[in-house]
Amino acid sequence: MSTDNGLKSGSNLEKILKAGHFAFTGELGPPRGTGAKEVIEKAQHLKGNVDSVNITDNQTAVVRMASWAASLLLVQEGLEPNFQMVCRDRNRLAMQADILGVYTHGVKNMLCLSGDHAKFGDHPDAKGVFDIDSMQLIAMVKQMRDEGKFLGGAEIEHPPKIFIGAASNPFAVPHEWRVHRLAKKIEAGVDFIQTQCIYNMERFRQFIKEANDMGLTEKCFILAGVTPMKSVGMAKYMKNKVPGMDVPDEIIERLQGAGKGKVAEEGIKIACEQIEEFKEMKGVAGVHLMAIEWEHKVPEIAERAGVLPRPTVE
Amino acid sequence: MIVAKRKPFDEIMEMLEEYKKVLVVGCGTCVAVCLVGGEKEANILATELEMARKLADNPIEVDSVTLERQCDREYLAELDDKQTDYDALISMACGVGIQFLAERFPDKPVFPAVDTAGLAVNQAVGWYEERCRSCQQCVLAWTGGICPVTMCAKGLYNGPCGGTNLGNCEIDPDQPCAWYLIHERLAKQGRLHHIKQIYEAVGWRDTMPRTLIQPGYKKPEKEEAK
Repeated sequence: MSTDNGLKSGSNLEKILKAGHFAFTGELGPPRGTGAKEVIEKAQHLKGNVDSVNITDNQTAVVRMASWAASLLLVQEGLEPNFQMVCRDRNRLAMQADILGVYTHGVKNMLCLSGDHAKFGDHPDAKGVFDIDSMQLIAMVKQMRDEGKFLGGAEIEHPPKIFIGAASNPFAVPHEWRVHRLAKKIEAGVDFIQTQCIYNMERFRQFIKEANDMGLTEKCFILAGVTPMKSVGMAKYMKNKVPGMDVPDEIIERLQGAGKGKVAEEGIKIACEQIEEFKEMKGVAGVHLMAIEWEHKVPEIAERAGVLPRPTVE
Repeated sequence: MIVAKRKPFDEIMEMLEEYKKVLVVGCGTCVAVCLVGGEKEANILATELEMARKLADNPIEVDSVTLERQCDREYLAELDDKQTDYDALISMACGVGIQFLAERFPDKPVFPAVDTAGLAVNQAVGWYEERCRSCQQCVLAWTGGICPVTMCAKGLYNGPCGGTNLGNCEIDPDQPCAWYLIHERLAKQGRLHHIKQIYEAVGWRDTMPRTLIQPGYKKPEKEEAK
C-alpha cells in the first residue's frame, strides 16, 4: 500500500531513489553525553551534501545519546535522518513505541539492524534483548506501515509511513549465502539496503552480479557502503579486528605507498574512485558514505566524488 | 543433562556463617555425572567447611548425605526426620533440586552450593557444552539439528548477523558461528530451503513459570501433592 503520491513514505531519500537519481547518504554518531551542539555542528557538514543522514544507535554497543533524540535534532536542523534501530537494546513494545514516536516528529527513514553484541561495548555484562531479530524488525515495520497493525495485531491509529532500510554484508562467508540473505530481507519488506564498507571491489562486483541475476536489485535500492581510510593503522585495524570486513592487501599497500602526511588524501582518492565505479555499476542505486568521526570531510569528498549539488525532488 | 559449577568457597562460607550444624545434601543424578554435586563432592564440601570454620574460630558440625535425586518427592522424603537435627541445609543439586528441597522443608534455611549452568552435553570428562535453552518450541528440524537459540550469541532465528567472522562468532574466535554451521550442514544435506524462509517473530514461552502435564495425566489434588 502506498500513499496517494505513489510513495511509501515520502522521505527525501525515497523520492531521490525513485526519481532515478544516484543517492548519496551520510552518517552521524551521536555524542556520549548531552551535547546537542555537537550533533548540530556535525550535521552542518552534512547539510545539503547528502540526501539522508544515518543516526547510529548505540553503535559498537557503547551508550550514546539515543538515536531517536539525535534524529529529532536533525529534523529541527532541516536535515533528513535515517533512524537506526538495533534489536539488542529493546523489546518489541519499546521498538514500536519508538517508531511511532519518531514518525510523529518527522522521521521517515529507518535502518533495521541486529546490533553489535554487548560484549564489545562499555557495558559488556548487559543482557542482550534480541526479542526480535533484524529480519523480524523489517517485517514488523512493514506491517505497521502497510497493514496499519502492530506486531500483536491491533490496529494503529495513523500508521507510521517509514522507508525501510537494512544492512547487507557481501563479504561474510560463506559468500554464496549473502544474496540469499539479501533476498530474505527483501521478502521481509526492505526498501533499501546500505552495505558494509566495501574495499574488496572484486568481491562486491560478484555480489551485485548475483543480486542482478536474481532480480533483487529491481526489488530494492542498494547503496554501496564507502568509508575512506584515514590512516594505515585504521586499514589494518579494519582488516584484522572488525568481523566481516574484507580489506585487501592492495589497499593497505597503496596507503603505505602514499608517503608521510598523504595517507588520508590517498584514502579519499580511493573512496572517490570507488564512487565513480559505483555510479556506473548496474544494480547500485547510490552510495552510503560512512566518514567515521570525519564528518567535516564530507563536503570535500562529495565535491570530489562529483555528487554535488544534491538533486531535489518534489 | 543439567550441568552446574560449584560456587566459590568464600561465598558458601558467607552463607553459612551464622549456622552451627549443617547438612550438605548431594544429588546422585546430573550434578553427580558432571562432577560437582554427587556423593564425593558432598563429602569434600563437608570436610572443607569443617576445616575452614575451625581455622576461623567459628566451628561448625557438617554432615553429608546424597539423595538419588532432589527433583523427586519420594527421595526428598528420606530427609523428613533427618533434617530436624540441622540449623540449615546446603544443597549441591541444580536450581531445581535446591528449590524442591526448600519447598519440602519451608521452615529450614536451604542454601545453594552450586550455580546451575544449563543443559549440556558431555564432550569429555569434565568438559561440558551447553546445547539447549529449553525454549519450548524446538526449531532443530529446520536448522540442521543445531540450536540457534543456544549457539548464537544473539539467539537469532534468521542469522547470521554481521558479526559472523570467517565461520566464527564475533564474541570469541573460538566460538563457532551457529548460523555458519547451520548453513554448512543444510547445504550438505540439500536442505537450504528451510533457512531461505523467514522465521517470524517468536512467541516466547519461557517468560513465565511453566507447568508441564503429559497427555493422559492430570495435576494431583492438593492433599496428594504433599
